[in-house]
Amino acid sequence: MKWGIVTFPGSLDDRDSLYGLGTVLGQHTVNLWHKDRDLKGVEAIVLPGGFSYGDYLRCGALARFSPIMQSVIEFATAGGPVLGMCNGFQILCESGLLPGALVRNRSLSYICEWTRIRVETTRTRFTAGCSAGEILRLPIKHGEGCYVTDEATLKTLKDHGQIVFRYVDATGQITESANPNGTLHNIAGVTNKAGNVVGLMPHPEHALEAMLGGEDGRKLFLSALAH
Amino acid sequence: MHNTPTVTEQLALDHGLTGDEYRRILHALSRTPTFEELGVFSVMWSEHCSYKSSRRFLRQFPTTTVPGGPEILQGPGENAGIVAVDDDLAVVFKIESHNHPSFIEPYHGAATGVGGIIRDVFTMGARPIASLNSLRFGAIDHPRTPHLVKGVVAGIGGYGNCVGVPTVGGEVYFDAGYNGNILVNAFTLGTIRADRIFRASAAGVGNPVMYVGSRTGRDGIHGASLLASREFDAKSEELRPAVQVGDPFTEKLLIEACLELMQRDLIVAIQDMGAAGLTSSSVEMAGRGGTGLSLNLNKIPTREDNISPYELLLSESQERMLIVAKAGCEQDVQAIFARWDLQAEVVGHVTDDGLFRAQWDGEEVIRIPIPALTDDAPVYERPAQQPADFAARQQLDISTLPLPSDYGQVLTRLLTSPNLASKEWVFRQYDSFVCGNTVVQPGSDAAIIRLKGTGKGIGLSVDCNSRYCLLDPYRGGMIAVVEGARNLAVSGARPVALSDCLNFGSPEKPEVMWQFQQAIAGMRDACLALGLAVVSGNVSFYNETEGKPIPPTPTVASVGILSDVTHHVTQWFKQEGDLIVLLGDTQPTLGASEYLAVVHGLVAGAPPEVNLDQEKRLQQLCLTAAQQQVFSSAHDIAEGGLAVALAEACISRPEGAMGARVTLDGNLRPDVLLFGESQSRVIVSLPAASLPLLQTLTHAAHIPYAMLGEVGGSDLIITDYLQLPIAHLCHQWRTALTQQITGVRTSTDQ
Repeated sequence: MKWGIVTFPGSLDDRDSLYGLGTVLGQHTVNLWHKDRDLKGVEAIVLPGGFSYGDYLRCGALARFSPIMQSVIEFATAGGPVLGMCNGFQILCESGLLPGALVRNRSLSYICEWTRIRVETTRTRFTAGCSAGEILRLPIKHGEGCYVTDEATLKTLKDHGQIVFRYVDATGQITESANPNGTLHNIAGVTNKAGNVVGLMPHPEHALEAMLGGEDGRKLFLSALAH
Repeated sequence: MHNTPTVTEQLALDHGLTGDEYRRILHALSRTPTFEELGVFSVMWSEHCSYKSSRRFLRQFPTTTVPGGPEILQGPGENAGIVAVDDDLAVVFKIESHNHPSFIEPYHGAATGVGGIIRDVFTMGARPIASLNSLRFGAIDHPRTPHLVKGVVAGIGGYGNCVGVPTVGGEVYFDAGYNGNILVNAFTLGTIRADRIFRASAAGVGNPVMYVGSRTGRDGIHGASLLASREFDAKSEELRPAVQVGDPFTEKLLIEACLELMQRDLIVAIQDMGAAGLTSSSVEMAGRGGTGLSLNLNKIPTREDNISPYELLLSESQERMLIVAKAGCEQDVQAIFARWDLQAEVVGHVTDDGLFRAQWDGEEVIRIPIPALTDDAPVYERPAQQPADFAARQQLDISTLPLPSDYGQVLTRLLTSPNLASKEWVFRQYDSFVCGNTVVQPGSDAAIIRLKGTGKGIGLSVDCNSRYCLLDPYRGGMIAVVEGARNLAVSGARPVALSDCLNFGSPEKPEVMWQFQQAIAGMRDACLALGLAVVSGNVSFYNETEGKPIPPTPTVASVGILSDVTHHVTQWFKQEGDLIVLLGDTQPTLGASEYLAVVHGLVAGAPPEVNLDQEKRLQQLCLTAAQQQVFSSAHDIAEGGLAVALAEACISRPEGAMGARVTLDGNLRPDVLLFGESQSRVIVSLPAASLPLLQTLTHAAHIPYAMLGEVGGSDLIITDYLQLPIAHLCHQWRTALTQQITGVRTSTDQ
């Protein structure tokens, strides 16, 4: 499968995504540049973590206006699989491809740690290979990962099964202490109605190798391959 | 003609120069300097830039390839040191201080410290892949400490996280000796192809000098001369405008643009505009190249109008680089920077006249022979004298100390004291994952990162016990080196080289100069014995407030190599039933210990002795055992002694604490046995089946060992002294620092 990983100015995990998908998972990868519109015929797109455009103004707010994002939006609207991780999730929300927004962590501090998330739906391009209720161990590293929406949007998310991941404790329970950043209903990731666009705050690209702490992140990428 | 103040001796004194130095300038120029020239001399002759008090002592360090060790490709004198990992790959690293700015403005002071050291590394052509830091704050209950800790940690995270270099380890200490002068030492390591090293030596007469990165503003003027090269007093707050403001986003663009530039054959030299900005980068590049350099100051990109030539020369605006390009390649260089939305301007050229020259509105405002600013700058032989109370402070009669009634309570108290409590509150604010190489995250004796595509790894540790250095700077300096190397060796990384950050008080005080000389001698002796090279570093003097110097703090950042990264070892117990073994001798010492300070309120006694020969054999044993995968865990015994090291091996395991049952024999006083800090000791755990192999190794290395007990259960039991439930102890240890930092309300808290 041919994957495109977008580099915005200030993207950080783009190189790690290229390495993870290319070298670790053996996928065909190409780097997509923010000033281009050409998607180079990719079959799936990754929006990586980092601080695109310095996250000035608002996280992801400037990246959505870049030339490449116009092509990404067309690609997603046509049903192409798009995965946004961390800053990529923020960009997807700013672009309107996903509902809701991400705001400052409740602690007001940046948080870097391993978390557990529970797969709430397998009806997405990036969780189709998981089982419902499966617990994945993935790291987070962000200052603005608190997901918020209004009540009506939250109801829509629930009604359509668009909540993909929620933070849980070691036993799989949704608890307050398992919520690292104050996010609404422990939400760690959401999808669009079609299930082809997924955004999450944790970093699956940093959980691909046992030597670096875990391999659970593979399941998201392998899910996309299976379809 | 622009208006400038008349240059007088008084104006020179206001610039931090001495009367003698001013006369030396008159002699060097055979005339009165211009206002701009006075500014240039004041920064280039500042302690921070010239090393005028320290230079002759730094020559004692071994700085070249050690027989049998990896090749040292670059020692001190460049932007950073370089050590070969193999024929193709090398690591580039350096540690540097940003103490005074961080005390005045903790967030931006610490942030720009991180930015500066990262630039030093990628300037040489290396991709930065790991950072460490060493932080020293005042007493945890000092009213200013929480504000400073929060600001510094947020600044390090704010910059490091945004620029995409993981912070993989470090140390944090609290001591009343830093109440008025905190320390922020930042370290970065990068990787480079051994045949693609860039150095900062201006060559090729006529080659264009190019300015890249952020525009120049008025920030940081006189950071090097007035902020970094003077002690603090009651008016130091007024120096806040001398602190720079960082922009990690621009730095990230600079990293990518510079590394792209270095893939091609377009430039001759490149240097960060760090301390003393445009001036020092120009002068140092020309000095190394034996050339001259001429600048047209009207070409410098500026942030605002009406910046004077004086300000342009002295500004320490961040995220700027100076490049000597190959003639004719200017447009190619500009194209690369334009791709990253950065500006690159031709601002001057290399000359053959050996002069630093600068023009403003067609008028020559600077015309100084380069050697006057570099090789011929003042060098001082400052008087040194042992402090009068040196011998008295080493006196310690432990027979007069009462024995504690509850050793479990003492251990808990130590583990919840700020220096020994878990530093999780700090490390979870740093991105330790980015770059995808971190094999051992913060929290073990050494951080381990892999080198992609090689199977190899790098071990990193940063160390200094400043209480040891205060009581005996020679032994303290020695232990800083020895402990760093030991942290690497127990982790399976062969120690090869180090970078040092020598933080001291005013060199104009004979007692401080003595501490400095003694510490260097101790470090040198340890390096020679262990076969380590010092490849980079910096000296930070004038760390004092209202006449009171900090404890001498020669911070050592140690780098080791793992030929197979899968053979790394971590400090925590892993397997129920594993045997626990103590390697090394326990001496009857309590001197300079954390126990004395925390429990008895005493900073006294001689620091523990070091047998360098035994230390070397112990480290070699640990390395051999790691290669043969004998150990489940290995942990250096440091502050808090054997009991604290045992507890740490139980509670620091990220997946959850494990208990241990231990019996201690010996005729020593219980507190000496439990909390004494004898050097050259390691606690290891291993499967019973591996014991014969360990015995063979200890026999061959002539290292004594003692069977202590085994891993398992829900308590830490040290017969007949203490029994503590391990889950509770772990919780106390992990949460203590958070409570102490965030629970203390200060006026700056909202």
